[in-house]
Amino acid sequence: MLTVPVQIQILLAGILFFLGLIGLLVRRNIIFMLMSVEIMFNSAGLVFIIAGTHWMQPDGQVMFIFILAVAAVEVSIGLALILQLYHHFKTLDTDAINKLKDKR
Amino acid sequence: MILIYLILILLAGAFLSWIAGTKNSVWPRIIALVAVSTDLAISLATLATNAGNTDRWISDIKLDWIPQFGISLHLAVDGLSLLMLLLSFFLGIVAVLISWKEINVRVGFFHFNLLLILAGIVGVFLALDLFLFYFFWELMLVPMYFLIGIWGHENRTAASYKFFLYTQAGGLLMFIAIIALFFIHGDITGNYTFDYMQLLGTSIPGPTAYLLMLGFLAAFLVKLPVVPLHNWLPDAHTEAPTAGSLILAALLLKTGAYGLLRFVIPLFPHASIAFAPIGMTLGVIGILYGAKLAFAQTDLKRLVAYTSVSHMGFVILGVFTFNELAYQGVVMQMIAHGISTGALFIIVGQLSERIHTRDLDRMGGLWNKVPVLGAMGLVFSMASLGLPGLANFIAEVLILAGTFSTKVLFAFLAGLGLIAATIYSLRIVQKVFFGRMDNDYDIHDLNVREKVVSALMVIVIAGLGIFPRPVFNTAEPALLKILNSQRTMLIDYPVTSNYNAPATVNLWDAEAMENNKKQI
Amino acid sequence: MKILISLIPAIPLFGFLFLALAGKKVPQKVAGFVGAGTVGISMILTFAVSSIFIGSLHHVKTWSVVLWEWINTANMHADIAFSLDSLSLIFMFVITFVGFLIHIYSLEFMSKDEGFSRFFAYMNLFVGSMLILVMADNLLLMYLGWEGVGLCSYLLIGFWYKEPANGKAARKAFIVTRIGDTAMIFGIFILFLSFHTVNIREVMYNASMNWIAGSPIATLTAALLLGGALGKSAQLPLQTWLPDAMAGPSPVSALIHAATMVTAGVYLIARTNVLFLLAPAVRSAVAVIGALTLLIAGFSALTQHDLKRILAYSTISQIGYMFLALGVGAWSAAIFHFVIHAFFKALLFLGAGIIILVLNQEHNIFKMGGLRKKMPAVFITFLIASASLAALPLVTAGFYSKDQILWYAFSSEYGSVLLWTAGIIGALLTALYSSRMIFITFYGDAKTEPSFKPGKLMIVPVSILAFFSIVGGFVELPDSLGNVHLFSDLLNYTLPKVILKNTGIPDYFFQVLSGIIVLLGIYFAYLVYLKKPSAAESFRHSGLYSFFEKGWGFDALYDTLLVRPVVWLSEIDKKDFIDIFNKGLAQLALLFNSLLVRTQNGKIRWYLMSLAIGITLILTYILTR
Repeated sequence: MLTVPVQIQILLAGILFFLGLIGLLVRRNIIFMLMSVEIMFNSAGLVFIIAGTHWMQPDGQVMFIFILAVAAVEVSIGLALILQLYHHFKTLDTDAINKLKDKR
Repeated sequence: MILIYLILILLAGAFLSWIAGTKNSVWPRIIALVAVSTDLAISLATLATNAGNTDRWISDIKLDWIPQFGISLHLAVDGLSLLMLLLSFFLGIVAVLISWKEINVRVGFFHFNLLLILAGIVGVFLALDLFLFYFFWELMLVPMYFLIGIWGHENRTAASYKFFLYTQAGGLLMFIAIIALFFIHGDITGNYTFDYMQLLGTSIPGPTAYLLMLGFLAAFLVKLPVVPLHNWLPDAHTEAPTAGSLILAALLLKTGAYGLLRFVIPLFPHASIAFAPIGMTLGVIGILYGAKLAFAQTDLKRLVAYTSVSHMGFVILGVFTFNELAYQGVVMQMIAHGISTGALFIIVGQLSERIHTRDLDRMGGLWNKVPVLGAMGLVFSMASLGLPGLANFIAEVLILAGTFSTKVLFAFLAGLGLIAATIYSLRIVQKVFFGRMDNDYDIHDLNVREKVVSALMVIVIAGLGIFPRPVFNTAEPALLKILNSQRTMLIDYPVTSNYNAPATVNLWDAEAMENNKKQI
Repeated sequence: MKILISLIPAIPLFGFLFLALAGKKVPQKVAGFVGAGTVGISMILTFAVSSIFIGSLHHVKTWSVVLWEWINTANMHADIAFSLDSLSLIFMFVITFVGFLIHIYSLEFMSKDEGFSRFFAYMNLFVGSMLILVMADNLLLMYLGWEGVGLCSYLLIGFWYKEPANGKAARKAFIVTRIGDTAMIFGIFILFLSFHTVNIREVMYNASMNWIAGSPIATLTAALLLGGALGKSAQLPLQTWLPDAMAGPSPVSALIHAATMVTAGVYLIARTNVLFLLAPAVRSAVAVIGALTLLIAGFSALTQHDLKRILAYSTISQIGYMFLALGVGAWSAAIFHFVIHAFFKALLFLGAGIIILVLNQEHNIFKMGGLRKKMPAVFITFLIASASLAALPLVTAGFYSKDQILWYAFSSEYGSVLLWTAGIIGALLTALYSSRMIFITFYGDAKTEPSFKPGKLMIVPVSILAFFSIVGGFVELPDSLGNVHLFSDLLNYTLPKVILKNTGIPDYFFQVLSGIIVLLGIYFAYLVYLKKPSAAESFRHSGLYSFFEKGWGFDALYDTLLVRPVVWLSEIDKKDFIDIFNKGLAQLALLFNSLLVRTQNGKIRWYLMSLAIGITLILTYILTR
């Protein structure tokens, strides 16, 4: 089995992060933005796993469990908010939800 | 302790009238009247019992406030501040009396603000700790902002913002200067303090002193006001309710002049001499430009506001001449202008209460309907133009004579201001009271309350016009002390006042004079 | 004595206070009684004081009364104090005596006016201020009286305030005189700063001791004081206000604009004669201004058609004579002419007042006529006064006073032929216009009918003044005609004697010459205005006529040079251009607001993008340090 150098692993995590970020910034649909945030979470978790493997510590795995838990909570609350948003605005397009903008 | 009581009575009166205002509309007025009258009585008593006192301070009190920063509660009164206090309390009573019928909404809050402004003004005149001075300086602003913003006329919001921002900005520059002075003094002497008496005589290097003085001047020149920093004044005066205009014109402007005399000149003697030509130029410009603008206005209140700019030009002109004659004139001008312009604002207020307009083109021929009001308007317009027999004449003559002794050109240009004053004062009388009455207003003349107020003002200004001795004697020790800080640079007059005139003039020998003339 | 002296100005001032406060509430009779009575009491007191004064003249030439200390600070010391000498006494006599007669006249003249008590309040204030002016022992108190009479003049010219034109005339008077007053106060400053006193006698003494004749400072001070005198006395170039001041009631014109206020300038120059002697340039200027003014005003008087305007220009002209006399050093002659002029000019104005009132406010002399038969009493008194004005030889007081001036204009040490020539031409003009006035107003056909007969209260004062217009001259007769010098002897206790040069021409030559000129003038006027009125018609339509009538264009000149520019200057900047800076600041703040508000568009993606960019930048910064 080949061992992949750490830098490549981090690079993978970074690419994942940026994919998530770009997805977050570019997509207009809230659900897809939420999915992109999920990808960013997972990439952060990947970094922890990589670090844990590299230093032979279990802390990395522990942090990943934390992140999973946080992500799950965040998704559930987020989906609940999205339901309310859809109920109110009848659309999932974030650009249309700009009621907090300045009136002038 | 009297000095603390002076402020505390006003503060107590303020809160009491606010509370009383929730019950009843009359109680706040009475409480305010009682509070200010008590203070006036105390000040008069102080004046009477200290007639021959030539100590530096007639009354002095110093308590620790924030000793870690050298901030103390240092209040003191000398002749100059005592005169200003008397003026403040007298006009405070007048302000309450004239708002009796004019203010009918939120009366308690109105008197709360009024008394708070007075407390701030009194504090400004009494404070000898620079931090405390700044505290009271800012204290004057917020209640006045409310006064204009809530009970003012059509464009009150913009006017109150302008007033607040302008004076606040000036005050901030002064605060920076105060802090800088604090640090400089601390660096030199190791004693970090805000106390005036200890800060006097700090030797500050030249350029720094000039900058610090400019910081102080920023606040005082805005307050005075001096062209080109005067734009807040017409709007604030025009939109404020009558009592607000009265307090603004008569008292707030004087705090600027007081600041110049009390702080700028003694703390920065050399820098003020360097600034003097600029100061005198600004004064002359103010006199002439203010008069020009006054003449052009069609809103009566705005006209009177611009006359304030013109009259205060005399003050700054006199302050920078550094001679005793002009300084006595400055003190007299502060008092006389306070009363005469205050009275003019009262007259405008009484007029607009009756005919609901301030537009000169809609007035005319009103002497027919309101002769007593007309007579008052005439008296105070004559005061405004400097008619001898009224206090303003003495003020302007002393300032002009004092200026003439050092800078003839400035005195001449300021003298042109006398002619300009005639033009705008006669415009007031002519357009309001004389001429044809195109609009038939059904109005009544002054009632008893208004007559009492007008009579008081006339008596004071005519009395001081023919008997100014109390003012001169009270102010003299204080002014001499201020001038002593300039002693090394005095150009003309000796500082001590030692003129001993014989009480009667001896019969003069005409023949001796004939002989002398033949020798020419 | 001291109490008497202090009461003389005080009583009219109390009268003013009473009438101002309670005038409307008391019946008209009481108001009139107080109004005229106070001046009457002052008059009696003046008589009493004069007799005491004259009685003790050989050991006391000046009396002083100090009431209280007015200003005493730094080096400036001025008291409310009076000093009485022969000069002030003569002025006090004229003010109170002629004033009292005019007040009596006003009781009837103003009896139907609703502002009756207001009128007497102002008149009393005026009399009080004028008395303070002539009795003041220091320059600042004199300035108080000076401005006080200016104020009363303003109030009384614009007395009938409902008419805007009256207000305009009143304002013009106040502003023009104020220009002179400002010059004067600067003169007072120079004196104060040089000698550290404002007491008149001390100042004069110090000036004579310390200043060299002809020095710049003396010349400047005298010129500034002259400025004040020119304003108040309506001489060139500040004479434009007086003709318009005729908008006020006739008693006002009589008292203020003929007898007293306009002579304040004469008083000032006489009082400060030391300064003018120390400044020969200014002293000659006084004479030259006097000469020019009397000519200019004389020509203008000849072309007016408003009765009171003729008299106004006549006043300007006669005061020109007084200035001429002062300028050649004939101090007592100027004062003598002042007294006599006060009598006949007041009489002329009062008579004009009666005529105008009786003819229902008709001012135009060409609409009058034939009044000789209809109003005999007025005619006789008016005739006597005009004769005195024209200086009808030997019988009128005016002859003696004007002749004295002409004589001194020629033969005084500072006099010259030119000045005398101006004076004699002026005398011709005076005879011409006064006869013209008489002939057109009183002779010929009546074009307007009188509506009522004037009452005793108007006729009696007018007759008394007529009496004095004849008799007044007999206190001062020239050497060739009686050699009586009562008047000048009295004045020479205070004023210097006139210094004559040796011309070799005897004085009766001048008297005869001026007498002939006057008679010629009257005859010429008779020819033109009575015999052949058509001769005057063609002149009336010429351009020269209207140039004279408009006061030689001074009004138009001042309007273009001063009034219009000032009004224009204030109009263009009504909104105060400095405010643009403040508005600019506010606009700048609003601009930033509008720019930055675009970042708050409510779009989540926008916020996220800015978050991302921000984090990137920070990380870059940290990682590359």
